[in-house]
Amino acid sequence: MAVTKKKAAPKKSNTVKLKFDTSWNYAPAPESKSAATIHKQYDLFINGEWQKPSGKKYFDTINPATEEKLSEVAMANEADTNKAVTAARNAYEKVWKKMPAKERGKYIFRIARMIQEKARELAVIETLDGGKPIRESRDFDVPTAANHFFYYAGWADKLEYAFPNRQASPLGVAGQIIPWNFPLLMAAWKIAPALATGNTVVLKPAETTPLTALKLAEIIQEADLPPGVVNILTGAGETGASIVNHPGIDKIAFTGSTEVGKLIQRAIAGTNKKATLELGGKAANIIFEDAPIDQAVEGVINGIFFNQGHVCCAGSRLYVQESIAKQVIRKLKDRIETLIVGDPIDKNTDIGAINSKQQLDTIHKYLNIGKKEGAEMYESSCPLPRKGYFCRPTIFTNVAQSSRIAQEEIFGPVLAVLTFRTDDEVIEKANNSPYGLSAGVWTDKGSKIFNMTKRMRAGVVWANTFNKFDPSSPFGGYKESGFGREGGLHGLMPYINLTHQS
Amino acid sequence: MSKTSVHTTSLHTNGNGTGTTETKRLEVLKTYKIYIGGQFPRTESGRYYIPVNNEGKKLANVCLSSRKDFRNAVVAARAAFGGWSGRAAFNRSQILYRMAEMLEGRRMQFIDELMQQDASRAAAEKEVDLAVDRLIYYAGWCDKYQQLFSSVNPVASSHFNFSVPEPTGVVSIIAPQQDSLLGLISVISPVIAGGNTCVVLASESKPLCAVTFAEVLNSSDLPGGVVNILTGKPSELASWFVDHMDVNATIYCEKDTDIQRMMREKSALNLKRVFFYDQTDWTAAESQSPYFIFDTQEIKTTWHPVENIAGAGGGY
Repeated sequence: MAVTKKKAAPKKSNTVKLKFDTSWNYAPAPESKSAATIHKQYDLFINGEWQKPSGKKYFDTINPATEEKLSEVAMANEADTNKAVTAARNAYEKVWKKMPAKERGKYIFRIARMIQEKARELAVIETLDGGKPIRESRDFDVPTAANHFFYYAGWADKLEYAFPNRQASPLGVAGQIIPWNFPLLMAAWKIAPALATGNTVVLKPAETTPLTALKLAEIIQEADLPPGVVNILTGAGETGASIVNHPGIDKIAFTGSTEVGKLIQRAIAGTNKKATLELGGKAANIIFEDAPIDQAVEGVINGIFFNQGHVCCAGSRLYVQESIAKQVIRKLKDRIETLIVGDPIDKNTDIGAINSKQQLDTIHKYLNIGKKEGAEMYESSCPLPRKGYFCRPTIFTNVAQSSRIAQEEIFGPVLAVLTFRTDDEVIEKANNSPYGLSAGVWTDKGSKIFNMTKRMRAGVVWANTFNKFDPSSPFGGYKESGFGREGGLHGLMPYINLTHQS
Repeated sequence: MSKTSVHTTSLHTNGNGTGTTETKRLEVLKTYKIYIGGQFPRTESGRYYIPVNNEGKKLANVCLSSRKDFRNAVVAARAAFGGWSGRAAFNRSQILYRMAEMLEGRRMQFIDELMQQDASRAAAEKEVDLAVDRLIYYAGWCDKYQQLFSSVNPVASSHFNFSVPEPTGVVSIIAPQQDSLLGLISVISPVIAGGNTCVVLASESKPLCAVTFAEVLNSSDLPGGVVNILTGKPSELASWFVDHMDVNATIYCEKDTDIQRMMREKSALNLKRVFFYDQTDWTAAESQSPYFIFDTQEIKTTWHPVENIAGAGGGY
């Protein structure tokens, strides 16, 4: 693979160096917050009503970009979980599973439309509560969430076409626990297929990002969905545990860390509960020397810095073929200098706030580990806001395969760069991970793409692109990244029983 | 070939009862071994057990496999995975068909062994016939289930996007205790038809057919290591089958709820996929389907951009 170089030729850069020393600055362009209504306090959404928490406890949810309190939400305890599961069971037995499938579908269509109608409000709340750039919540999170409901709404009365020679029937009550990185989108990923297949739902949003799920509860109420079909419980880990352990739950769908996923798998041992686990990742993103370099660099940037790197499928391990490593690393360094880090509500912002103090601490811990392990750290020179939780986009070079920053999920804007020479070597390195959620490859050669995408052990593989999602496209991991798929026809399977057609 | 009716209380299985005055020929007994990486070792532990049939007749000195045997078998299965999963689906199909041919050719031997293990002649014949047919059934699926479970996904952006099933890897299997031949073949076939490799623990009380089936595998062009067969006790080995870090999925075919609970707990170590085929009547029509293949498959989705420089409508 090595490229023969002419010795005599003078060193010449084929990159036009980007100029950063101009006085050019973007003027602030904040999105208006007037579109969003955030109440001072939120109760639990159980049986179609807002109910006070049994424990009478509330906790604050803050804006991670300003550390200011946005609202306070109810802390659900076991008694609340019990109420929610009972409501979901009643709704399942008495209403939802008996309802003609096409009517079920129409409810889901209605929810999809209302999400679109309230898109701006949802985007603003998502950004305020979670810290992600408004550009992403506006252009990605909210529309994709609406699309997800649209996609699965249509499946409701067509399930007999999905699985040849099999009759699909719902499982019952699904307990769903979602993370803080895509709060509304993950709620959509969970709720839409569950409802389409005739299940009812008890959903717990993440502790730090409950507001859009509660907004979704308002939409569900407005859509006149029968009471109890969707119940939303806010709370922390204990609330989640009470859902997982509740005997009235037939299915657990969890997105989050591999560590918690394993706890759930243990907790449901000895029960008939089914599980879908969508867990961590450490995606390898591979650039071959024949790749369109500038496109690849853009893809790598998007792969790791999208949503501050709070993405389970983030391309956090970059493998660059040795012959182009210098060039690619230089371009990456140049490119991260141009990323705008700051107020997430500003429409120019590329990288928003880290979701929580706790997550920022985790990222800092890994930055220190990377340095201690001997990797070279390079971070953007951009200024950070004084308040709020922010982290500069960071690149580590000279990273060893065995290094913890190359093995463990950091969940932040931190890229580990490694090099390789041959196809076989990079496959070996890419697959040398307990994870297997996603992977990427950049090359101009079609046959090489298919060789690579076939051999990489990961559930989603992007070739000459990265971090693309669609409701019709199944998503989920190999190995310790979990099991089950969300999205597409395959995303129906975790919510149904298949019986032989007689 | 009708040599099966005479049984003594010894380990003799092929004794002929004729001839009182001539020197009686001493029959050659078969040593029942295990099957790892295409070879027939005895267990490294040196241990054995003697299963008996309902009449109290001792069947054989059967290997009481150890954890170490299992680990060796996993190494063999992992080594075979790349080659087997990389074979053309058509080729896997041919090999499964060859396995059926070899099984059919030894039909009488299997009937004989089943009858030693308490089956009536009619039941034994039916089981062997069904076992051959089941192999043929899955031989046919090898190059078809992909089309059934794949999809081209109509994403909204300018990308070509498709999802295909791929084998999950190494599968550990504790085979059904009853239907010792048919059950074994019913659980192995969908796993290897899908390109996985496996380590399987044969029926504890009726292990003879499993070992003889290994001889079928060995003469069927099935690469060594794709199927590894151990004999021994589920009570002793079940926990190793599910907590080995290089095993991707585990299949358990009994209703023992304690073992099921233990398996699901330990599977969390590396998030193995666990399947309990405990409701299955292996003689029933529903006990074969491509959905068994699907269980040990992973769905991989691949994206690639579609060039769009001609603008809307420019492509046609």
